[in-house]
Amino acid sequence: MDNQTPIDDNGKAAYVSMKNVGHKYDPRPETPMVVQDINLDIHRHEFVAVVGPSGCGKSTLLRMVAGLLIPSHGQVSVFNLPVTEPRDDVGIVFQKANLLPWLTVRKNVLFPLKHKYGRYSASDEKRANELLEMAGLTQFADKMPDELSGGMQQRVGIVRALLLNPDILLMDEPFSALDALTREQIGFDLLDIWKEHPKTVLFITHSISEAVLLSDRILVMSKRPGTVLDLIEVDLPRPRSSKTINSPRFAELTDKIRGYIYEPNVPA
Amino acid sequence: MNPTYQPNSWLAQQANRFAPALFFIGLVLLWELICRFGNVPNYILPSPSAIFMAFFDVEFSRWLTHLWATLRVALMGFVLSIVIAIPLSIGMMRSQLMNRVLYPALIVIQSTPVVAVAPLIIVLLGTDDPSRVLITCLITFFPLVVSTTTGMLETPPEMIELSQSLRAPRYRETWQIRIPYAIPHIFSGLRVSITLAIIGAVVAEFVAAEEGLGYFIQFSTSFFKIPQAFAGLIFLSIISLLLFKSIQWIQAWFFPWSLPKKK
Repeated sequence: MDNQTPIDDNGKAAYVSMKNVGHKYDPRPETPMVVQDINLDIHRHEFVAVVGPSGCGKSTLLRMVAGLLIPSHGQVSVFNLPVTEPRDDVGIVFQKANLLPWLTVRKNVLFPLKHKYGRYSASDEKRANELLEMAGLTQFADKMPDELSGGMQQRVGIVRALLLNPDILLMDEPFSALDALTREQIGFDLLDIWKEHPKTVLFITHSISEAVLLSDRILVMSKRPGTVLDLIEVDLPRPRSSKTINSPRFAELTDKIRGYIYEPNVPA
Repeated sequence: MNPTYQPNSWLAQQANRFAPALFFIGLVLLWELICRFGNVPNYILPSPSAIFMAFFDVEFSRWLTHLWATLRVALMGFVLSIVIAIPLSIGMMRSQLMNRVLYPALIVIQSTPVVAVAPLIIVLLGTDDPSRVLITCLITFFPLVVSTTTGMLETPPEMIELSQSLRAPRYRETWQIRIPYAIPHIFSGLRVSITLAIIGAVVAEFVAAEEGLGYFIQFSTSFFKIPQAFAGLIFLSIISLLLFKSIQWIQAWFFPWSLPKKK
């Protein structure tokens, strides 16, 4: 299953597909669903954000695509194959940078190889150095994680997820632990990285403006049990910058989503 | 201590700096004065000066023999308990069945006073090192099992998810993630255990021994050589402190990342 290629490379092939996906942790009938009736196709090199109130099952959704959790209802497919276990072509960036405090930055980036295969080659190390350079981290490569700021640490987390060159990148509220300024900057940096290494991205966030600023489409979820309230096309031009934030369209889109979050029963 | 206290004169600053040492010296002086002027006999409570002189009543080589006997038993018991406790913790973390079977047994062993079991162990294993080492091990290994298990279970769940998402073998999850995450906990367990190891060795010597500081204290007391007994006690405290410090040094040297951050 490791070298599965997408069925179709015309740009509209569904890399990730969710069909009537629902989940409950406890199979007894009286227990509530965490998420329910989720239908979503994510296309090649598309950046899809998921926003919704806390506890709406956004992270559950990500874990299903990652193969860390098998949904009790419906089906999640990656490259047209049902997800039954984690795949090599899916990388995850976690909420906290999740770095190992006893390894240097470079060794943290190489950790997935060390952990999966028990070793890495000189060319792997070269690739790690290149990725670190791209993220502007070369001078920190031999530092320990606690010597880096929160934003730097999360950059390392992103670089680590890119090491195995995944086709799909799953990001679970990756910037939520950062302060507002760092957060905006690292968002633009992520877009730069994404432009240079195009990936299919599923980006979980509870920040409406972050979702609008970064993504091509936004899945808006209701509070628990999480269902799809809307799937919004973000038609803001790329490349996006701090100017994007000031555009009227940006305000329209954020207002629209804000409307869902605060008045979840009013249709669009 | 009041953190806002700022001594202003030079003398006050020095007094503040050496306050712990001054307190200790004051205590010893007070003890000396009470013994001298209260006419307390040496066989009830020897004065600090009498204890100091007692160091020279015993030949230096005898001291070394006793010191080494206690240190040897304590260290062997300590190492044995590390060798048992860490694999046991890994097993209990990995296997629910093993956890369910072993945990109650461990609680029973821990709740049984080792002092009461010691004579039975001597009957079982004889009066040589093996029984003393076992007694020490019984006292020291429980804190190690608890701290190691706690540490491994407190590994951040996202770290475990990272491992699962890579489909890495379980032994690497244990070896590369869980055990390093448990290091700070393991070391706090080791610090507790090393002082318990001295207690274990002394208890074993009280029951059956021909040498060692525990034996020496018991022997001196029974001959009313109380200053000597106190001298032995001081040696015990010193090795206990040194061992405790060594554990801290080992942690700082080999695992500096595992220490709490100094701000």
